[in-house]
Amino acid sequence: MSLLDIRAVRKNYGRVAAIDGVSLSVSAGSRTAIVGPSGSGKTTLLRLLAGFEAPDVGQILLDGAVLADGVQSVPAHLRGIGYVPQDGALFPHLSVGENIGFGLPRNAPQRTARIAELLDMVSLDDALLNRRPHELSGGQQQRVALARALAQRPRLMLLDEPFSALDTGLRAATRKAVAQLLSGAGITTILVTHDQAEALSFADQVAVMRNGRLAQVGRPRDLYLRPLDPATASFLGEAMVFPARLSGGKAHCVLGEVAVDDVLRSGDVQIMLRPEQLHLDDVPGSDQGMEMSGNCCFGTVLDAEFCGPVSELTVGLVGDDARQTLRVSSPGVHTPAIGARVRIRVMGQAHVFA
Amino acid sequence: MRASFVAGAALMVAVAALLPLGFVIWVAIQSGWDTIATLVFRPRVGELLVNTALLVVITVPLCAVLAVALAWLTERSDLPGARLWAWLAVAPLAVPAFVHSYAWITLVPGLYGLPGGVLVSVLAYFPFLYLPISATLRRLDPGIEDTAASLGLGPWAVFFRVVVPQLRLSVWGGGLLVGLHLLAEYGLYVMIRFDTFTTAIVDQFQSTYNGPAANMLAGVLVICCFALLGLEAGTRGKERYAHVGSGSARMQRPRALGRFTSICVLLPALVALLSLGVPMVTLARWLLAGGAKVWNLGVIGPAVAQTLGLALVGALLTTVIAVPMAWLSIRRPGRLQRLLESCNYMVGSLPGIVVALALVTITVRVALPIYQTAVTILVAYALMFLPRALVSLRAGIAQAPVELEQAARSLGRSPSQALWSVTLRLAAPGAAAAVALVFLGISNELTATLLLSPNGTQTLATAFWSLSSEIDYAGAAPYALIMVLLSLPLTWLLYLQSRRSAGQ
Repeated sequence: MSLLDIRAVRKNYGRVAAIDGVSLSVSAGSRTAIVGPSGSGKTTLLRLLAGFEAPDVGQILLDGAVLADGVQSVPAHLRGIGYVPQDGALFPHLSVGENIGFGLPRNAPQRTARIAELLDMVSLDDALLNRRPHELSGGQQQRVALARALAQRPRLMLLDEPFSALDTGLRAATRKAVAQLLSGAGITTILVTHDQAEALSFADQVAVMRNGRLAQVGRPRDLYLRPLDPATASFLGEAMVFPARLSGGKAHCVLGEVAVDDVLRSGDVQIMLRPEQLHLDDVPGSDQGMEMSGNCCFGTVLDAEFCGPVSELTVGLVGDDARQTLRVSSPGVHTPAIGARVRIRVMGQAHVFA
Repeated sequence: MRASFVAGAALMVAVAALLPLGFVIWVAIQSGWDTIATLVFRPRVGELLVNTALLVVITVPLCAVLAVALAWLTERSDLPGARLWAWLAVAPLAVPAFVHSYAWITLVPGLYGLPGGVLVSVLAYFPFLYLPISATLRRLDPGIEDTAASLGLGPWAVFFRVVVPQLRLSVWGGGLLVGLHLLAEYGLYVMIRFDTFTTAIVDQFQSTYNGPAANMLAGVLVICCFALLGLEAGTRGKERYAHVGSGSARMQRPRALGRFTSICVLLPALVALLSLGVPMVTLARWLLAGGAKVWNLGVIGPAVAQTLGLALVGALLTTVIAVPMAWLSIRRPGRLQRLLESCNYMVGSLPGIVVALALVTITVRVALPIYQTAVTILVAYALMFLPRALVSLRAGIAQAPVELEQAARSLGRSPSQALWSVTLRLAAPGAAAAVALVFLGISNELTATLLLSPNGTQTLATAFWSLSSEIDYAGAAPYALIMVLLSLPLTWLLYLQSRRSAGQ
C-alpha cells in the first residue's frame, strides 16, 4: 500500500514552472530515487515534500493525511518527516551528541541512551559524542545528520543528494550502509540525486525527472533496459540507438539480426543497445569473409580507452555506408589494439522504443 | 631572505606599537605602589569606574538587540525597501560621535548624564554591530534552518535555537568594538555631561599637565580595555561557526512579514530618524541660523587643508608600515606573526587618550625636538589606526594567493616582475581601502589631536570642538557638515566591504 501520494503537483517560481504536474506514489517501506539533471526540479519536489515550500496546485498525502492541498500546507516542523540535506547541515554551534538530540525534548526519558543508540545505529563510535561537526570527516557528518533525522522516528525520510560530497569509495559504502539501515528500520525513503548509478543501485523505484515532469517511473532494471524514450535511455547510461526493421520477432539493422524485447511489433522502429551488450571477438588473419552474416557483423577498432576493469572502445562497422561508430564496453583484460578487426556479437535483447 | 627582512620590519613596527603600553607600565613602576594606591583607590575613581561600567553594560546589549532586529529585517524578511534601510543603518557612522551629541544637546537641552550618554552612544555606535551581524545573516546556510524545521521546531524556536547562536561571533566581535569605542570616546560624553575615564583623564591633563594623576587614570583605563578584550576572548567560545561541509548553499528565501509589515517598517524608520534625522535637522537649523557669516573661509579653508594634509600623510604612513605585518600574516603565518599581530591589535584597542599621553611623556623626556610637531601626531595616528589598515591590507593580499605569483614565474616572469604584475595589482584595492579607512578615521579624530597637535594647527574636529565648547553652535555647524560629507564615502566603503565579504 502506498504511504506517500503526490497528486498533480505544480510549483512555479515566477513564470518558470519548477514542478509541472507531478504525480507519484511511494509504497510503505520502499526506497524511491528521484533522479534528473540539475535544474530538473527534483530538489524542489523534495522541498515540497519536506514542507519548506508549498505547491501552487495539487495534493500531497502521507498515509492518507493531507500534507498539502494547493497553497494550504502543513509547515515542515509539524510534518514529522526526516530530512538529510546535501552537506548534512549539522549545527556548527552544537556537539555531535547535541546535534543528534536536537529534535528530542530535553526532558525525554532515556534521552542520553537514545542518543547513544542512534550513534550506534549509524555505526559511529561513542568517542565522537563530544566532538564538534568541523572535527568530523564528510562521511561522519552525513552519518550524524542521518542519526539526527532518525531521532524523530520519521515514517518518511528525505535524502537530498546526501552522498554527493563524499569521495568515490566512501560514497558507495555509505550508500549501502544507509540503504540497509533505513530498510532495517522500515522507513520509507526518498533519495534525490543526479547520479544515475546511485539511483539505480539504491532504489526499489526510480523516477526520472526532466523539465519539472516525471519522464518515467519504475523498477531500476526496467528503466535501464526498457526506457520509454531515447532521452531517458541516455540519461541512465550510455545508449546506442539504431533504426531497424522488425519482422518475425527480430530486428534487422546495421548490426545484422538482433533479438528484441518486443516480439509482437513489426515495421520500422528505433532500437536501443547498451555498450556492455556488445561482445568483440578477435578475427585472426585475412579480410576474407567479413561481410555481415546472420546475427553477427565485423568492425574495426578506431579508438581504445583503457579504464582498468573495462576498456571503452570505439568501433567502426565494416561495409557501413553511414559510417556509424559503436561504443563498446569490453573487459579490461581483453583490449583489442587500435586498427584490429573484430567480430561483433550482440548479447541479450535490444530494446524497442514505442 | 626576503621573509626575514619583512619579519624584521614587522617586528620593529610591533615594538613601536608597544610604546604606549610600555609607558603605562613604566609609569606604574616609577610611581611605586604607595602613589598608585593614593591616586587610584579614591572615591572619584570608583565613581568613574561605576559610570564607565554602567555605560558599557547598558549600551552594548541595547546596540546588539537593535542591530540583530535591524539585520534580520533587512536581510531575512521581505521588508519593503530593505536595501535602503540597510544603507541607512550603516550611514550613522558618517556622523562623528561628538557631532551626534552636539545635535542631541542642542535639540533636547535637558539631555545629560547616563540616560543621555546611553541614548546617543546607541545611535552613534550600533552600526558597528549591524555590519557584522547582517553579513553573517546573509551568509548563514539556510539548509540549517530547513533541517531544524524538519526536526519539529517552529519559526521562533528556529530563530532562537539555531539562528541566534550562529550570530554569537559577530555579536561578540561587534560588541567588543562598541565597548572599546565607549571607553575611548571623549567629545560625546563631555557634551552630554557624563563623566567617564577618558573625560576625566583629559580634565586632569589639562589642569595639571602630565601629572601622575592623569597617568594613573590612564593605567586604570588600559586595564578596563584589557578586561574587555579578555572577557570577549574568554566567552567567545572556540567553535568555528563556518559553513560545515562543502555543499553549495541555497539562496535564502526571505520570510514574509504579512500583516506585520507596517509595524516592522517603523523600527528602521525610527532608528534612521533618530540617528540621521536628528543630526541632519540640527545641522540644517544651525546653518540656517548662522547664515553666510559662519562660513568664514579664511579659517575654514586652512582647517580643511590641514585636516586633509594630516589625514593623507597619516593614512599613507600607516598603510606602509602595516604592509610587512599584513604580508607575513597571509604568506608566512606562524607563532611570531601571531604574537606581533596581537601586539598591534592590543595597541589599536587602546584609547587615543592613552596613546597621546604616552607620546607626550616620551617626547618630553627623550625626544623634545619632536614634541608638539606633526611627527608626534602622525605617530599617534599610525599607532591608533594600524589595525584598520591591517584588516584591509590582509584582505587585499589574500586576494593574491602565492600560487598566482608562482604561475606568473612559471610563465617566465622574474620574481620582482611577478610581484609587480600579479600580487601588487590584486592587492591594490585592499591597500586603497586601507588608506581610505585610515584617512577618514584621522579626519574625524579629536582626542589625540587635541593633546598632540602642533601650536597653530587646527583640524576640522578641533575647530568644531573649540567653537562648540564656547557654545558657538552655529559657528561649529560648517565644520560638522564638512566632516560628515568627508565621512560619507567611508560608510559607503564599509557597506560595500560587508556585502562583498558575504560574496555579493
